[in-house]
Amino acid sequence: MELKVLGQASGDLPVSKGCSAGSCGSTDDQLSQLPDSIREKVFNHPCYSEDAHHYFARMHVAVAPACNIQCHYCNRKYDCANESRPGVVSELLTPTQAVKKVKAVAASIPQMTVLGIAGPGDPLANPDRTFTTFRQLSEEAPDIKLCVSTNGLALPDSVDELAKHNIDHVTITINCVDPEVGAKIYPWIFWNNRRVRGIEAAKILIDQQQKGLEMLVARGILVKVNSVLIPGVNDKHLEEVSKVVKRKGAFLHNVMPLIAEAEHGTFFGVMGQRSPAPAELQALQDACAGDMNMMRHCRQCRADAVGLLGEDRGDEFTMDKIEAMEIDYAAAMNKRALVHAAIKEELDAKRQASATARNPGIPAHYRPVLMGVATSGGGLINQHFGHAREFLVYEASPSGVRFIGHRKADQYCSGNTTCGETESALATNIRALQGCEVVLCSKIGYEPWGQLEEAGIQPNGEHAMEPIEDAVLAVYREMIAAGSLDETASERALA
Amino acid sequence: MAVEIIEGCVNCWACEPLCPNQAIFASAPHFLVDENKCTECAGDFDDPQCATICPIEGVIIDDLGIPFNPPGSLTGIPPERMAEAMAEIQAR
Repeated sequence: MELKVLGQASGDLPVSKGCSAGSCGSTDDQLSQLPDSIREKVFNHPCYSEDAHHYFARMHVAVAPACNIQCHYCNRKYDCANESRPGVVSELLTPTQAVKKVKAVAASIPQMTVLGIAGPGDPLANPDRTFTTFRQLSEEAPDIKLCVSTNGLALPDSVDELAKHNIDHVTITINCVDPEVGAKIYPWIFWNNRRVRGIEAAKILIDQQQKGLEMLVARGILVKVNSVLIPGVNDKHLEEVSKVVKRKGAFLHNVMPLIAEAEHGTFFGVMGQRSPAPAELQALQDACAGDMNMMRHCRQCRADAVGLLGEDRGDEFTMDKIEAMEIDYAAAMNKRALVHAAIKEELDAKRQASATARNPGIPAHYRPVLMGVATSGGGLINQHFGHAREFLVYEASPSGVRFIGHRKADQYCSGNTTCGETESALATNIRALQGCEVVLCSKIGYEPWGQLEEAGIQPNGEHAMEPIEDAVLAVYREMIAAGSLDETASERALA
Repeated sequence: MAVEIIEGCVNCWACEPLCPNQAIFASAPHFLVDENKCTECAGDFDDPQCATICPIEGVIIDDLGIPFNPPGSLTGIPPERMAEAMAEIQAR
């Protein structure tokens, strides 16, 4: 039986138009700069495009508990059910359980295209569990893309095995290329039967990461690099990291903000290391973007996340529920192929429909404007302000509309009394929208309207159900027509 | 001469494959060490391998009950700072 699976037949892929037509919810500097051969591989990967993630889902299976290093942003004790961040997990699975879970999810959520092993430790520090899972999945569920993320320490020893499976993406977390910086991030590594500390440890880790990156690229396996932005530790240094990894052939760089709260029990959290402000993250991403394809919509999900990015349906697929499910995977693959084809058709149609956002024909002297958007998916402005769990941030400028990133509207912990809610949800949301001059939503209440205006953010509910980029561009044109953008940046700062 | 794994172990499996004597085994609520098999890695390695990769302070102890990884030795967080931070969180 031959199944037509997206991403394998190159003839029917939207290569030439692709995301460069501008409707990917994104971005010149995301997928559209990639060579066609790479874009073919990643266009239905929810983690790689703001647009695809509204249509395609991913899941992680937590089969890899052991780790071979310690990072100052990680606490190996943590498994809070209300937490949503990397390294956190509720239920550890054996490879057999993991394979069963993946097939159950793929059958129930046909939009699921990608399976990742991301922890909760380091997947390559658990080679038997990780590779047994991959081996079984490439045999039993060949329509699922496999990916793995690693700290890189054991990567050079794993490249041969990785190349054997259906794995075309590896993510390496590289926070530095300078051991002096590394010593401030990694207190120790386990190496050659010893616990190695300090600069010596950082140097070994960096050497292994770089060697692994080069080996993967030489094998034609796509490499994405993740970096955690830690203000005062590696913020300046990450531009250098971006240059180095690009030169060596990484195809995408994902700079993520440090998550550090004392209640997480991490070194950075307890020692009061601050997380970066959204503007700092954006400035660094923009600075790196000249050299490198940057990723801007990472939701930093858990090591056992299931579903679309930003949502987690893991509770529907606990092992006791999966044991009770009967799965006919051959039938599921047929259904999945149909669903994927329908999604592709919809994405293609959308791409053709909104090419206008790319070259709007606006005089070049107008300054760019940031706008927040409340959306529940589908590329539309379709969410009530008060229901938004996050805001997408777009920049409108004379060169068009581009996706900048997302801002969490509620904090990582919600509703748990031990986590202490210190400010109201509305205040949190206004802070999340810092730097935006407009917020677009389907509806908004009277009270938040007033408070947003006071904070210098104009609420706008007039573009409900419209495509995001068209609406952002329309509002930008309205601002120009109203004369709001006539003042220069310095005049605005003085005002 | 044998190490012991005590309460606080997070069952991360890191130690289990490293033991040259296969003395470590999964159990509930946490991993355990067979004291008849454990040699503290004498003759095989300079340091007991389990305690060398273990990420959790205080959970692997020697015959005298002394932890191989005392508080602060792995995270780098001074114990008094950790106590302060926990007190601040409790007081919220």
